Amino acid sequence: MLSQQLVNGLVLGSTYALFALGFTLIFGVLRVINLTYGFYFSVGAFVALWLARSLGASIWIALPLGSLAAGLVAVVIDGILLTRLRRTKAGELPSLMVTLGAVLALYALMAALIGTEIQRFPFGFVGSTALEFAGVRVSLVQMLIVGTAFVMVAVLFLLLQYTRLGLMIRALAENEDAARLMGINVDATVVAVSFLSGLLGGAAGVLIGLNFNAIQPFMGEAMMLRGFAVIIIGGLGDIRGALVAGILLGVLEVLTAGYLSSNAKEAVGFAILVLTLWFRPVGLFGRAQVKRA
Amino acid sequence: MAEWLDDFLFTYENLIHALGIHGLLALSMYCVMALGQLSLGQAAFMGLGAYTGALLTLKLGLPFWLVLPISALVPALVALVIGGPTLRLNGVYLAISTIALGEVLRVLYINAESLTGGALGLSGIPQKASLWLVYGLLAVCIAGFWAIGRSRIGRAMEAMREDEMAAGVMGVNLPLYKLGALIASAMLAGLAGSLAAHSNSFIGPNEYGFEAAVTILSFALLGGIGTPIAPVIGAFVLTALPELLRPLADFRLVFNGLIIVLAVLFLPRGIVPFRLRRAP
Repeated sequence: MLSQQLVNGLVLGSTYALFALGFTLIFGVLRVINLTYGFYFSVGAFVALWLARSLGASIWIALPLGSLAAGLVAVVIDGILLTRLRRTKAGELPSLMVTLGAVLALYALMAALIGTEIQRFPFGFVGSTALEFAGVRVSLVQMLIVGTAFVMVAVLFLLLQYTRLGLMIRALAENEDAARLMGINVDATVVAVSFLSGLLGGAAGVLIGLNFNAIQPFMGEAMMLRGFAVIIIGGLGDIRGALVAGILLGVLEVLTAGYLSSNAKEAVGFAILVLTLWFRPVGLFGRAQVKRA
Repeated sequence: MAEWLDDFLFTYENLIHALGIHGLLALSMYCVMALGQLSLGQAAFMGLGAYTGALLTLKLGLPFWLVLPISALVPALVALVIGGPTLRLNGVYLAISTIALGEVLRVLYINAESLTGGALGLSGIPQKASLWLVYGLLAVCIAGFWAIGRSRIGRAMEAMREDEMAAGVMGVNLPLYKLGALIASAMLAGLAGSLAAHSNSFIGPNEYGFEAAVTILSFALLGGIGTPIAPVIGAFVLTALPELLRPLADFRLVFNGLIIVLAVLFLPRGIVPFRLRRAP
């Protein structure tokens, strides 16, 4: 059943990649380890769930609107928490701590308001049909997940590479002061990056929610641990690295669960993270940077 | 002892224990933050100390004076493996590599059922941590950090906090200091965990996760890290407050999180903003 495992791993990995992409985008451009990112993931999943349950929305509505809501939440939270620190150029640690406190408060609030029991999408939300290729089963949900992830990643690449906004984002990633001097509207670009990353995180939330059909407030917290592993393995701020590392982690987790034990699965990401830090702290494709006084 | 004091101690014994233990945890956080590093593994190190201590007492029946140092050693070794590689990188890497530690250990505690009691945890741990011991250790640690803070080492630590690169150029051995601080903080957290296990008589796998890590960080952030006493005061305030704010119940963590946000944004030096004095 190795080929079936590989397919399942690929599906899981593409959601990890999608999630990590937004996370690494925030770090690469805004120079912040934003821990509230996991919360956007939960927001995306819950908005989609609410739309599906209360309004009977189909997946084609719930998925985009869930992601969109997460994007807007991301813009608001980033604006409240980080504007002040950005203005004083406070650096990475204070912004990490602020988002750490905020995410604790946000999860606790969400859990107190919604409750922590696992919730599920309505039956038949996505059809249960499955295709078979040479003995490998691929369900509709799985195709939807890989397809959405692929489209979103492709659009992000095109956006960064070929549009004016992409140019602004890349300039900001390179050097904030220089970008400002070149007449780039830095504040607007920051908002755009927050929105894009929230969008990616929210979409990943909906897709993971679909994959396991289990949604609860702290799902983002568990995901963040994988997000950390992926962006460290891929190299902090490295988009290509996050993609490869995300898929790699998904495949390795599924293989570990299949051939070792499903409990060991939780530790796979962490084990690779520690190994990466020991042997290749710059990540898969990174090159060592020397900082000179 | 006066009768009212007896009454008082009896009613609030758990709280008084918790205050002292949280004070030690706050110091363990201080120990890394004083160098401008950030570890989010303090709760995990505490859990390791708690489980190590509890198992040594329950399964092997070792005497308490031997249990305590071993409960400090085990987290130190883990800190070396997890934190070691990050010492040549900047502070963000230490935070990231330690943030997941608590969750991974939680899964381990739950699954190693025969040893750790699984999800039920370990109970019936003899209450060997007297108030004298907890507060004695706390006093010794504060005094120790105070003395170190005023010495040459403290000067180097403060220099690293202000500007790591400049400190390195001036001849401070950065990896050595970072390693020393990380190991000392892991030992201290392990010690506090073991003391907590031997005063609550119960430990469970879910007590040392992300929320506990953030709570320990909030002690140091609220108090400040100008002097060793500051984080301890932060811990006292944040431990005593929930007792007063019991009606908050489910929203207690919301409150803890908001304190961190507000402290970082508006009180970067904490509520005890003084700095250590040194001879010129």
